[in-house]
Amino acid sequence: MKHTISLGALLFALWVLLSGHLEPLLLGFGVLSVIFSLYIARRMDVVDHESHPIHLTFKLLKFWLVLGKKIFQANIDVTLRILGFKAVEPQLIKLKMDQTTDLGKAMYANSITLTPGSASIHMEEGELYVHTISRQGAQDLFDGDIADIIPHDKTSSDTGANQ
Amino acid sequence: MITDILTGVFVSLGCTLGLIGGLGMHRLDDFYARLHAVGVTDTLCSFFILFGLALQTGLSFVTIKLLLIFLFLLFTSPAASFSLANNAWQWGLRPKGTNSEPVSSFNKDAS
Repeated sequence: MKHTISLGALLFALWVLLSGHLEPLLLGFGVLSVIFSLYIARRMDVVDHESHPIHLTFKLLKFWLVLGKKIFQANIDVTLRILGFKAVEPQLIKLKMDQTTDLGKAMYANSITLTPGSASIHMEEGELYVHTISRQGAQDLFDGDIADIIPHDKTSSDTGANQ
Repeated sequence: MITDILTGVFVSLGCTLGLIGGLGMHRLDDFYARLHAVGVTDTLCSFFILFGLALQTGLSFVTIKLLLIFLFLLFTSPAASFSLANNAWQWGLRPKGTNSEPVSSFNKDAS
């Protein structure tokens, strides 16, 4: 239920910010659309801790900041490699995923893809196949460069399963 | 005046990165390496261009829309990249210049 309320608030804020009108008529339309969207989302059964992780909100903000910094550094590195100032040395590696939940795995794989110079290409049970443009980048991934910043996603279903 | 100059600087930086990304698409060896070049245009290039534009609009509803565009890009571009890469992998395309099977650490393949 709290996910539905939070999603509704978010949708309504989005409506107001995107329309920029504060007349009662348009706000009324906004409320109607939000209610309709919530009804559809509930019916599709997509409103849960996975699609709408409110338990992670503050951790996510920090995660985005750190990831942004890493993306910036990786951009400079890849730019230098494209222009030929550094060598291009492709690597194909296999990473163990410590994340227990689907949300954690998706965040991990997408963070790797979002960082230029490394892209996840395949996923098997607990393993992620990654292609990187440099040996150093691959070594960083082995050392848990990205894995360490993924917020720990603990749900009621897997308490005790994580170490 | 200063914001105009800053906008110019940021948008030019973004365009340069876009050009470099395009250059990388042609210069790099194979499909998987080229994906990394696209990563540059997806992230820092679009950030610089949108940030430069946001300086022009000041703090208004348009800025929020620019920010939302950037957020949607951040969510959709890894999905698109992964979809491309995973399909290539599943259909048997193997990267050039690497082992044909992924290694799980560098110490192992050195011994």
